Amino acid sequence: MTEQATLKIWRGDAPDAGRWETYEVPFEHGQSVLDGLRWIRIHRDPSLAIRFSCINANACKECMMELDGKTVYACTARLQPHEMTLAPLSNKKLVRDLVTEIAPPAERFK
Amino acid sequence: MTVEPLRTETDVLVIGSGAAGMYAAIEAAKSGCKVLLVDRSLIGRGGATVMAQMTVAVALGAETPDDWHYHYKDTLAAGRGLCNESLARLLCEEGPDCIRAMDEWGVGWARKDGHITATMAPGHDRPRCVYVDFLNTGPAVSKTLRTKVNKTDGIRKAGDLCVVDLLKHDGKIVGVGALHLGSGAPVMISAKATIIATGGLTRLYRRNSASSNMGGDGYALALRAGASLVDMEFVQFFPIGRLAPRLIGMDPIMWDPFRYKLGGKLLNNRMEEFTQNYGVNEGGKYTITRDAGSYAILKEVEAGRGSPHGGVYLSFQHVPEVKLREAFGPVIDKLAENGIDLTRMPVEVAPIAHYHMGGIAVDTQMQTGLPGLFAAGEAVGGANGANRLSGNAITEAFVFGRRAGQSAGEFANRAFAPAVPADNEAAIIDLVTADEPAHAINTAELVQTLQATMQDDVGALRTAAGLKRALATIDAMTAQIGDRPQGSGKSFDMRRVDWLDLRNMLMVAKSVAEAALARTETRGAQHREDFPETSPDWAVNQFVKLRDGRVTLSKHAVLQNTLVGAAAS
Repeated sequence: MTEQATLKIWRGDAPDAGRWETYEVPFEHGQSVLDGLRWIRIHRDPSLAIRFSCINANACKECMMELDGKTVYACTARLQPHEMTLAPLSNKKLVRDLVTEIAPPAERFK
Repeated sequence: MTVEPLRTETDVLVIGSGAAGMYAAIEAAKSGCKVLLVDRSLIGRGGATVMAQMTVAVALGAETPDDWHYHYKDTLAAGRGLCNESLARLLCEEGPDCIRAMDEWGVGWARKDGHITATMAPGHDRPRCVYVDFLNTGPAVSKTLRTKVNKTDGIRKAGDLCVVDLLKHDGKIVGVGALHLGSGAPVMISAKATIIATGGLTRLYRRNSASSNMGGDGYALALRAGASLVDMEFVQFFPIGRLAPRLIGMDPIMWDPFRYKLGGKLLNNRMEEFTQNYGVNEGGKYTITRDAGSYAILKEVEAGRGSPHGGVYLSFQHVPEVKLREAFGPVIDKLAENGIDLTRMPVEVAPIAHYHMGGIAVDTQMQTGLPGLFAAGEAVGGANGANRLSGNAITEAFVFGRRAGQSAGEFANRAFAPAVPADNEAAIIDLVTADEPAHAINTAELVQTLQATMQDDVGALRTAAGLKRALATIDAMTAQIGDRPQGSGKSFDMRRVDWLDLRNMLMVAKSVAEAALARTETRGAQHREDFPETSPDWAVNQFVKLRDGRVTLSKHAVLQNTLVGAAAS
């Protein structure tokens, strides 16, 4: 039996109308939280909204979210074989699920 | 009912904010144009530039005497007879200017004794590759250009814009239609001149070294609008991509700088060096070119002498710890955090998709055949022929970005404001705002399936049987995604983005596979196991066009630059 990581993820497109969904993800030593989220999109629900670009170099700085209440980059936070709670950044405007408006104001379409 | 889109206008529109796009925006603004720089991700953080750890090839001659003619000669040799020589010349001749401009803008090229230092890289006849320590070339380049863009008057920026199609009117390109990811709204951008700087297609492959937004969108945009692509069969595999152990926070091409500085040894599972069996005796140095390295590693794995995860070993165990620390400083600590001690263990490496030699066909002004449409950077095809010389990608981004910005600026300054609406505006709005279809497919899974097909059958080793199998899969997937988008069209609906990406990726994948199947020879990055020899009959470029919705190929003689060719010999 392979080990599992349990990702409890906030879903929704309005701060007061969200829900928690829990996914079991196969755990392999050395994986990142972002690896787990990408696995969910491929194997469980492609509608899960996450923002990422460089995948694992921590170069693009796009995959910021809250892990157990602390701000992390999903690409450098290690996946663990137990429950991890993921929420969108609480100090940024929510877009959907784990995606928030993180671009500086001068770099947004107006 | 047609939704009224959000609208904006500009003189010069730049799609993509890697080094090429940012450089183009700066130059276009210098010509007095209003510039809009858009990206599907954050501005100046996605694409390939930020992932480039090292190096940038340029004949500065600051340390070792050098001249652009020598760089040019090496570029043509690496390209195996297929370089568009005028583009290759432009890259080599104007590279030093751009490198010095970047130096003035504060990029921080590594220095020794007061001058910019250069390292030796495979395929070069002398040390010619500048860099920023430690493993920081790409991030430093991105940051420097972001700062320069911010200081330049006349450049507006907008991230989260996924371009759906180029806008056309009377055969001219008059801007783009896009999906605004944050809201799901359609956006029409009118522009007098448009520059595609969207990079390459490495996302088509399961194992790749670039950002996930490099799915060949620019190629598909150009094809659908009627432009030509060239050399699409030539995908460069980077031989020593990180394979195992798993580690986080590091770029997949992280081992390259280690090899530049320290040599290192490639070993099979008997812990024996093997590249000499494929004609390259490295002798403790890093000399094997990318095409030869990828081939040697894959053949070694095929012969059953691979490492546990399906690659080979790279070892620095013979290098004293003090030398490792001197060369890589804090990176050694980062490796230790991941449980890796290079003095005690080898790591596993394998070829990964790294760069695309092919791309949009342009002249030396970076003009495509379509009025108002320009291209820059990796999105351009031709300069590197069948195999790119290491270090030429960032140079090409600077030089072609600068030239595209100048040309588009001149074009925009002569042009009238484009007519609104464009001919194909309604079709774009329809794709962006379409209702959710009754039949849902898993778009993320399809992307993964396409990546597996391309890696297995259109990768670094190719056969007719594999290429035909891939084309059948690509055709079936194209039918499966259909012409109605997945997802809801609401804010940040990844299913809609995946669908739009698949629409592009499948068309580009088909171009690569068809061109690879037609080319019945081995040359540079194309290894046909069923046609192992290089054929003089194939010293031609293949162009791709879309005719009646179908990918079609044609052969053309290589564009030579006889004058410069003679000077370099």
